Amino acid sequence: MSTIKDQGEIVDRPLDWQPLVLVPLLIFIALPLIGSPSTWATLTIAGLAMGMMIFIMASGLTLVFGLMDVLNFGHGAFISLGAYTTTLLLLPLSGWLVAESLMLNFVALLAMIALAMLITGIAGYFFERVIIMPVYGRHLHQILVTVGGLIVAQQIIIVLWGPIQITLPLPTALRGIIVFGDIAVERYRLIVVVIGLTVFSSMLLVLHCTKIGLLIRAGVENSEMVEALGYHLRRLFIGVFVAGSALAGLGGVMWAFYREALTPGMGLELMVLVFIVVIIGGLGSVGGCLIGALLVALTANYTGFLAPKLALGSNILLMILILLWRSRGLYSVTSR
Amino acid sequence: MLRTLLSDDFPQSRILSALLLLIFIGLASAPFLFPGSQSLNAAAKICYFIVLVASYDLLIGYTGIVSFAHAMFFGIGGYGAGIALYAWGPTWCSIALGTLIALVLSIFLALIIGLFSLRVRAIFFAMITLAVASVFAILASQLGWLTGGEDGRTYQIPLVLRPGFHLFEQNVLGVPINGRILAYYFVFFCALVLFLIMLRVVNSPFGRVLQAIRENEFRAEALGYRTVLYRSIINCVSAVIATLAGVLCAVWLRYTGPATTLNFDIMLDILLMAVIGGMGTLYGAILGATIFLLAESYLQHLMAVIGKVTAGLPVLPQLFHPDRWLLWLGILFILSVYFFPTGIVGRLQRCKTT
Repeated sequence: MSTIKDQGEIVDRPLDWQPLVLVPLLIFIALPLIGSPSTWATLTIAGLAMGMMIFIMASGLTLVFGLMDVLNFGHGAFISLGAYTTTLLLLPLSGWLVAESLMLNFVALLAMIALAMLITGIAGYFFERVIIMPVYGRHLHQILVTVGGLIVAQQIIIVLWGPIQITLPLPTALRGIIVFGDIAVERYRLIVVVIGLTVFSSMLLVLHCTKIGLLIRAGVENSEMVEALGYHLRRLFIGVFVAGSALAGLGGVMWAFYREALTPGMGLELMVLVFIVVIIGGLGSVGGCLIGALLVALTANYTGFLAPKLALGSNILLMILILLWRSRGLYSVTSR
Repeated sequence: MLRTLLSDDFPQSRILSALLLLIFIGLASAPFLFPGSQSLNAAAKICYFIVLVASYDLLIGYTGIVSFAHAMFFGIGGYGAGIALYAWGPTWCSIALGTLIALVLSIFLALIIGLFSLRVRAIFFAMITLAVASVFAILASQLGWLTGGEDGRTYQIPLVLRPGFHLFEQNVLGVPINGRILAYYFVFFCALVLFLIMLRVVNSPFGRVLQAIRENEFRAEALGYRTVLYRSIINCVSAVIATLAGVLCAVWLRYTGPATTLNFDIMLDILLMAVIGGMGTLYGAILGATIFLLAESYLQHLMAVIGKVTAGLPVLPQLFHPDRWLLWLGILFILSVYFFPTGIVGRLQRCKTT
């Protein structure tokens, strides 16, 4: 068991390193299979970028589950909502978006992300209060009610933005590729990796260096104990839920620009991926979530290149393999 | 006789019994009471959806586990029969063979899914079924050479069930007895038998154990019941019946495609019907499916009218567009989970006791 020294510094139990080697292992196994190093590098970077986006969307869900045992099937709605809010700024910022300057483009992108996170955060707050709060602790009802929330949110998006696909062009300077030697990398993917790493590191910082983070991690592990020590876990939970929704919104924006299209069904499609990632990583574990997201995205990219017919089933296959190895996912942090 | 047929499980409410009797008579004599192909279509759809929703209720209502793969099993049945009829010609033999293959596939998938999720915890099951079902749906639309892709497959059914076939020379009660009506009765009686079988299952000792697991899993396990085994069995039973419902659907529609079987919307419909009708009682499936499918057509009609009235206003016409009826249903669904968790049937049964 871990002991608290001072100032919340914790002597952790020995690091479970086995899952950590999975991602590098997968990347190196893929190299001889693919053959050409430049293709391999391009695929790997694409996979990392995709993995980062999925991680951003999935991290909120896994924490929300770990903390209060709430499984939010409506999480996908926040992904679509975040993606659709970008259209609100398309017109006001159109000057910045088509400008050739990387700086202006980037600022416009950040503004869209900020707005999306704000709106999905607020939506998350109301979702938690109106939809989820009345059914705390009842799994069956939680699943039903959040599915209902997903349906309603999806339909409201159709009411507001119409049922047809909307194209969302990337800002001008973010388009195109950068060539290092004979490795071609899309610019936007690099940006995605950077944003993803920023989110991940700031999340680690919050979780491991602040008191709130300590409480969250403790709550995931044993919520009853934390409450017995006098902390108001529900208030903390709302904060995590709002943050998780905002992150889903952020992921939605990134994904929308990655695909350059918005469809009302995108939230549901992505939620399937998010679920697979969360199951692989182990419910409640942020680190497992990152590894799961990278594994899923890399596998999807590699199999998409090696055996396109298999690409669809690859995620499920991966999930089955991981569950055969560890039936509760890579890291099982919750005692439940 | 009736007691044996219903496995000693009566509706226990006068209003409910009357409603069920009304639905039964309506469905049993649909070709004579409501002539016309459109209403016959609606009646057949209600029949196979009752079976489908009731088999879903075995999971969600009786065992307390939520599956999102039920439409997948329904689709497997539909595609099994459909592809067999398409490939091997319109004979009873191909229906039987297609059904058999579909059943084997369904049981295999149900076992695999159960193996990976049920032994850990029930909440895994919901997530894994959602993932598997969505991948299966994409797979079915990708394997165009087998399934016909997005267009699906249109095929012929055995001669006896085709509209061109006439059983008698004269009309019966003013209605010509053609193959279409025979096909309807094929669907109706199959649905009836399947429903009675399910009623038997839930009222057997096996069914009681399932309800015990739903109420208190820990206690059921402490009493010596292997909960994982029971859950896996009911998962397979439910999948088998959903597959058979899919076969009925395929035989009736003479068409199988993603829109009628594998779609996530179908899954949502099943969920809504089961919850609104009433979880934990098979009669809920009858009421849920009937009311939902009738409302589907009439509510959309009503919404079209409201949409016309509010034509000039902003947003409102969009809100009342007939395609947005799922929005209102979703709201109704959330409200009913909060306020009537036992659904219509539970409500009616409680009225009687208080």
